[in-house]
Amino acid sequence: MNELRELYQEVILDHSKRPRNFREMEGASGKAEGFNPLCGDQATVYVRLEGDVVKDVSFKGAGCSISTASASMMTEALKGKTRAEAEALFERFHALITRGRSEGAAPDLGKLAVFSGVGECPVRVKCASLPWHTVKAALRGEGQVSTEQT
Amino acid sequence: MSAATPARTRLYDVKAVREAFPILRTTVHGKPLVYLDNAASAQKPRSVIEAEKAVYESYYSNVHRGVHQLSVLSTEAYEAARTKVRDFLHARESREIIFLRGTTEAVNLVAQTYGRSKVGAGDEVLITTLEHHSNIVPWQLLCEEKGARLRVAPINDAGEVDLDAFERLLSPRTRMVAVAHVSNALGTINPVKQMVEMAHRRGAPVLIDGAQGVPHLRVDVAEMGCDFYAFSGHKVYGPSGAGVLYGRAELLEAMPPWQGGGEMIASVTFEKTTYNVLPHKFEAGTPNIAGVIALGAAIDYVTDLGLEAIAAHEHDLLAYGTRALTAIPGLRLVGTAREKAGVLSFVLDGIHPHDIGTVLDYEGIAVRTGHHCAQPVMERFGLPATTRASLGCFNTREEIDALVGGLHKVQEVFGG
Repeated sequence: MNELRELYQEVILDHSKRPRNFREMEGASGKAEGFNPLCGDQATVYVRLEGDVVKDVSFKGAGCSISTASASMMTEALKGKTRAEAEALFERFHALITRGRSEGAAPDLGKLAVFSGVGECPVRVKCASLPWHTVKAALRGEGQVSTEQT
Repeated sequence: MSAATPARTRLYDVKAVREAFPILRTTVHGKPLVYLDNAASAQKPRSVIEAEKAVYESYYSNVHRGVHQLSVLSTEAYEAARTKVRDFLHARESREIIFLRGTTEAVNLVAQTYGRSKVGAGDEVLITTLEHHSNIVPWQLLCEEKGARLRVAPINDAGEVDLDAFERLLSPRTRMVAVAHVSNALGTINPVKQMVEMAHRRGAPVLIDGAQGVPHLRVDVAEMGCDFYAFSGHKVYGPSGAGVLYGRAELLEAMPPWQGGGEMIASVTFEKTTYNVLPHKFEAGTPNIAGVIALGAAIDYVTDLGLEAIAAHEHDLLAYGTRALTAIPGLRLVGTAREKAGVLSFVLDGIHPHDIGTVLDYEGIAVRTGHHCAQPVMERFGLPATTRASLGCFNTREEIDALVGGLHKVQEVFGG
């Protein structure tokens, strides 16, 4: 049960039940669709840039609690970041979820550190990373991503 | 479901059955393993493990090749497995049994040999909505190549094939019909004998995908009347990578070979190669020798246990599980056919199957979550995925209780 609580932390459960920025976006400067063909999850991520800065980011779609919470917390984390900062944050987040808890908490991830439990559960890594791959595609003006091509 | 007598059910000693499966002593996340993923792949009894081990430890060699003692022993054991499969399926002749990697390879073989020689532009291949991807995609590839049309018989809300629609979809252009014996995602038992009769009245041959049929039902290809029957060893307590295609000898004789290589030839010159006789014509290359021999041991195992007794035991578990699961608030069974075997597929209100699967895993309970390689079934029910508990000969009512307990825990974690 401890490992289970580690994975499904209260913050994650809260964001999965009440996802933030869960909406379509009028006048988005970029959007992309992400798919996980293995489980049927699908999410659309919208971004609005002003210059190089992410002014707004939102998502719509259906997925498990890990992917929904990851998308929700990602939208909060990315607002106000430059494109380069967003991609750098994704790199650090990805490192967190693909390594075990044993390797220690990642630096300066803030609230996103709650996803460390995913590193102990390799089959769920794609759930957590899908929204990030999708926002990266939206920021780069690419339309679609799939967990099976990343 | 099989109509076994209650007396036989009482004789079934599930505790003794469990003793035969070494893996059932293992723990997962510190909990005793509750293995409910038999439709994906079943666990192996000791006799199967020992049979495979014995091949490598005492008489392994290539088959149908050498004059030396080990080759003779391996060949005898390999061919003895063919005889066991023949009897198990009630086929007339051993040469009608082709050893392949599994059901997927068997369906591809039929599509690429019989299909390619018989299906032309404007012809039709008929399947059903409840097929596994391995009984869809090989026919799609064939139809694309030939300019033929793939027709699909619909299913109703219970997950049963609409037989009237099936019959209407059989046309003078139907060159091939391919149908699952039992649906892997829903558990529906198709009335295959009736479907074969309908197809034969229109002159169309029928392939039955028996991957989920063989573990749960007694199969008699002669009585069923099918032209091809395919199954995988690993779903009937044998090893993976060893499976079977049964084909009526007349059809197999007339079919062109599939893969070329050793074993499948009678003589080779650069001008002309003549092909070997059945079944070797379709067994190019060195086969999974130890796997096939162990598949023979798996067939001995289920035959000794009694196919009717296994079916009755699973029938009891399915009825018990159906009652127990439907009593959970917010749970909906997907697949409620009147004739069903081995599968409890379900969704829980507001909780994603992957989350269910993860929480159950921490309770030591192995289930499958996802689309079960049957995306058209999921689409038919408007679902991205389900959670599936699938039963085998060693499962118990206590394990169903553990599943129910696990699902309460799931609701505890994600509820509110």
